[in-house]
Amino acid sequence: MHELSVVMGIIEIAESQAMAANAAVIDEIELDIGMLSGLEMGALDFAWNQAVKQTMLQGAFRKINRITALAKCMDCDAEFAIEKYDDACPVCGQHLIDIIKGKELRVKSLLVS
Amino acid sequence: MCATCGCGPDAKTTYYLLDKDHPGTHTHSHAPGHTHTHDHPHPAAKTVIDVEQDILSQNNLLAQRNRGYFDAKNILALNLVSSPGSGKTSLLERTLNDLKGQLDFTVIEGDQQTTNDADRIQATGTKVTQINTGKGCHLDAHMILHALKDIKPADNSVLFIENVGNLVCPAMFDLGEKERVVIISVTEGDDKPLKYPDMFHSSTLCIINKIDLLPYVPFDIEKVKANAKKVNHKLEILEVSCTTGEGLPLWYDWLKSKIEQPETCSI
Repeated sequence: MHELSVVMGIIEIAESQAMAANAAVIDEIELDIGMLSGLEMGALDFAWNQAVKQTMLQGAFRKINRITALAKCMDCDAEFAIEKYDDACPVCGQHLIDIIKGKELRVKSLLVS
Repeated sequence: MCATCGCGPDAKTTYYLLDKDHPGTHTHSHAPGHTHTHDHPHPAAKTVIDVEQDILSQNNLLAQRNRGYFDAKNILALNLVSSPGSGKTSLLERTLNDLKGQLDFTVIEGDQQTTNDADRIQATGTKVTQINTGKGCHLDAHMILHALKDIKPADNSVLFIENVGNLVCPAMFDLGEKERVVIISVTEGDDKPLKYPDMFHSSTLCIINKIDLLPYVPFDIEKVKANAKKVNHKLEILEVSCTTGEGLPLWYDWLKSKIEQPETCSI
């Protein structure tokens, strides 16, 4: 349940940004969450619903961009989408892959008023 | 930032520095500190704020601060992670006893409750702090920062941070360590690296413990190594038994190889 820590981090970032902009309400929050970020979305929803109560994010519309994970094969230089760390290179079948995208865990933007 | 998993407003992280000369405990409250907003009497225009901020940035900044402290004092900090019962504390006890007099050690123990592990470490004569996370399922960089203020590891020493036994949550939290060591024992499944890939992906060394029990358990050691390498091809793997001592010299060699000699200038 590290998702609760993540939600607390999101609330802290969102509230400090909104207050710095003298906003009273956060209408929308946009998050980038990579497929290999290590978050379980069901647990995130559960933690979210509890944690945002009494915060500026209560009632805010939440938009999540799931970012497809990309890897590069160290053997044959192919770049390809992966779902799991242990996926093999689809071109040469090797597991010598480096992750180049998909671990994002970011507050992208806020819509405030 | 202080929020740890499941932490309610009353939950506290507790630090016990096990030092018979200077007994003392301090607690650090984890109140959420939310603020309330008020309704604006006039309709305001909607504005987009481009935030582009990493959600773990606060933890990562504190981890880098810890890392700077370790670098400046030439401390080799290792984050030991595993599921409960893989033998993290046994590996530490054995290491601390076997390398006594060769290397200078400090230990930070992380558990939800009790000082049992710290008591075991203290029995070896090593300086140790116990962090009790309460309901928290992992250590974070902020807790390490507090523990460091208590324990003050010596220059040119090795700092072992034994994380909360959990193969999931600690993977996401950089503590400022130089190396992350994941421990797995042969009484667990050989598919653990595939089931908990984040931890194996983020570690630099994997220690397979309890190899003295291999004749008695259906654990395919070649399979676990292949699975771990599939998840992280850079992962180094060592096989040890803390009971018989088999393989431990390789672990000690690895440890010594990671210690940087202090840079000295002669005029």
